[in-house]
Amino acid sequence: MSNKNLKYLTGPFSANNPVIVQILGICSALAVTVQLKPAIVMALSVTAVTAFSNLVMSLLRNGVPSRIRIIVQLVVIAALVILVDQVLKAFVYDVSKQLSVYVGLIITNCIVMGRVEAFALGNGPWASFLDGIGNGLGYGLILVVVAFFRELFGSGTLYGFRVIPESWYITEGGFYANNGLMLFPPMALIIVGCIIWVHRSKNKDLQEK
Amino acid sequence: MKALRNIVDKLKPTFSEGGKLGFLHSTFEGFETFLFVPDTTTTKGAHIRDCNDMKRTMIMVIVALIPAFLFGCYWTGAQVGLEGLTAFVYGLIRILPMVAVSYIVGLAIEFYFAQIRKHEINEGFLVSGLLIPMIMPVSTPLWMVGLATAFAVIFGKEVFGGTGMNVFNPALLARAFVFFAYTPQISGEQVWYSNWTMMGAQVDGVTGATALEKLATTGTMGEWSAMDAFLGFIPGSFGETSTLAILIGAVVLLGAGIASWRTMVSVFVGGLAMGYLFQAVGLTEYPVWWHLIVGGFAFGAVFMATDPVTSAQTNTGKYIVGFMTGAIAVLIRVVNPAYPEGMMLSILFMNALAPLVDYFVVEANINRRKNRVKTVK
Repeated sequence: MSNKNLKYLTGPFSANNPVIVQILGICSALAVTVQLKPAIVMALSVTAVTAFSNLVMSLLRNGVPSRIRIIVQLVVIAALVILVDQVLKAFVYDVSKQLSVYVGLIITNCIVMGRVEAFALGNGPWASFLDGIGNGLGYGLILVVVAFFRELFGSGTLYGFRVIPESWYITEGGFYANNGLMLFPPMALIIVGCIIWVHRSKNKDLQEK
Repeated sequence: MKALRNIVDKLKPTFSEGGKLGFLHSTFEGFETFLFVPDTTTTKGAHIRDCNDMKRTMIMVIVALIPAFLFGCYWTGAQVGLEGLTAFVYGLIRILPMVAVSYIVGLAIEFYFAQIRKHEINEGFLVSGLLIPMIMPVSTPLWMVGLATAFAVIFGKEVFGGTGMNVFNPALLARAFVFFAYTPQISGEQVWYSNWTMMGAQVDGVTGATALEKLATTGTMGEWSAMDAFLGFIPGSFGETSTLAILIGAVVLLGAGIASWRTMVSVFVGGLAMGYLFQAVGLTEYPVWWHLIVGGFAFGAVFMATDPVTSAQTNTGKYIVGFMTGAIAVLIRVVNPAYPEGMMLSILFMNALAPLVDYFVVEANINRRKNRVKTVK
């Protein structure tokens, strides 16, 4: 893989992260991060959609008149999302239930169309495919970090396994209690804010003058 | 005094810019001005000379809080079957760890941020640190108090730029944090009573809903009379129960010219107006003024809504924000069964709206004066 292509893949992990730098896809980052499992499934679904919508649109880019390109993009993205939705229903039904409307709402995830518009329409299929995977994973990375804190402090579990022992809880005679605020979307927003805070203090070139 | 001055002077070069511990200069400066009146003077610009600096303002608020605090100590002990001085000492020992945790956590964060930003250390937390334990149930676990304080200071204050920049009242934010994060520890029938067995306290089986919860569910105050509620002999958060003690504090605040009477009065007027409205449409049947003496209404009106940073800045704005605070508090109490107490949420809500109210007040003033110019022409 050439250096340039590698950059398309890894750039969105940190320096050009879709969630914490481009501020895209915040809505679903708040909605599906109560637990790790749905967050990971969501991350993989979005990665698949961004990667293949980028690939398809990049292949079609010279044949689509620019006046109707949005409609064509929507058709491609919607088809892919329906595909992902059906796969999830077939293989991980319980998670699909948990994610409910948010799988369908991948269509409206700004990252998908944003990458198609900004990248796939002007680059070759292979580069676009890598860019889609990179952005999907960069989005997924933030989702997983947010879900990690929310599930750990909100439910005391990680990926469904109990991490904080039952005997610590006040109801069991201990001293600990789950943080109910973690289960609410506002706390997810505050965690995303903290990630942005840490990220910017590490990457000086992102700081506004 | 002189010996202390000498020690401070001796230490000063070490902590000044370029000294060995120069990076700690704002911490040192904070302690020095705490001990002695600063000798630096401002040379530029127009200034009003006043002996009422920020430290003295904050100390006056602490003085105003003392009656409610002392009553809280006594009542904490009295609720678990103690009497007289024993009850008072019991309550004092019970609340001191909470006060200590709130101050240590809050001040540590304030000092840390002042240090890395090279700011002076501000006194704002002196009041918040005492307010936080006073608006929590006495049995709140200490680590929750610490966590809530940290949350309130970092996300309510420091991310906005420190003292004087905060959008929300930090003490109320700490309570809101506990309220939403650890709901079972701040509501129900157990939490209002101390659970420490010492000095012969009878803690077993002491339980009961607050007058406010009873008001919301049954429309009466249960076994308490309105006089009990006014004097403070009802369950509730540590410092909020006694309306009388809070009113003494209000007199101190108003006498010293620190809190705004406009805000204070209009909060009570707003509460009463909304109460009468609900009574007129038949939603409540108990006397309207009961709203003012149960729960945190009086405490919020006197010590929280009048916060000079988060309240409105214009006089007209103070009337509007105060009125809305009282009205929304009663609205939440009566209409929303999930939240028997609405004062905290209504003050935080109006904190968020205060700048907007100020904006429209200023705009209206500008327009009024523009029209005056037009009519003269």
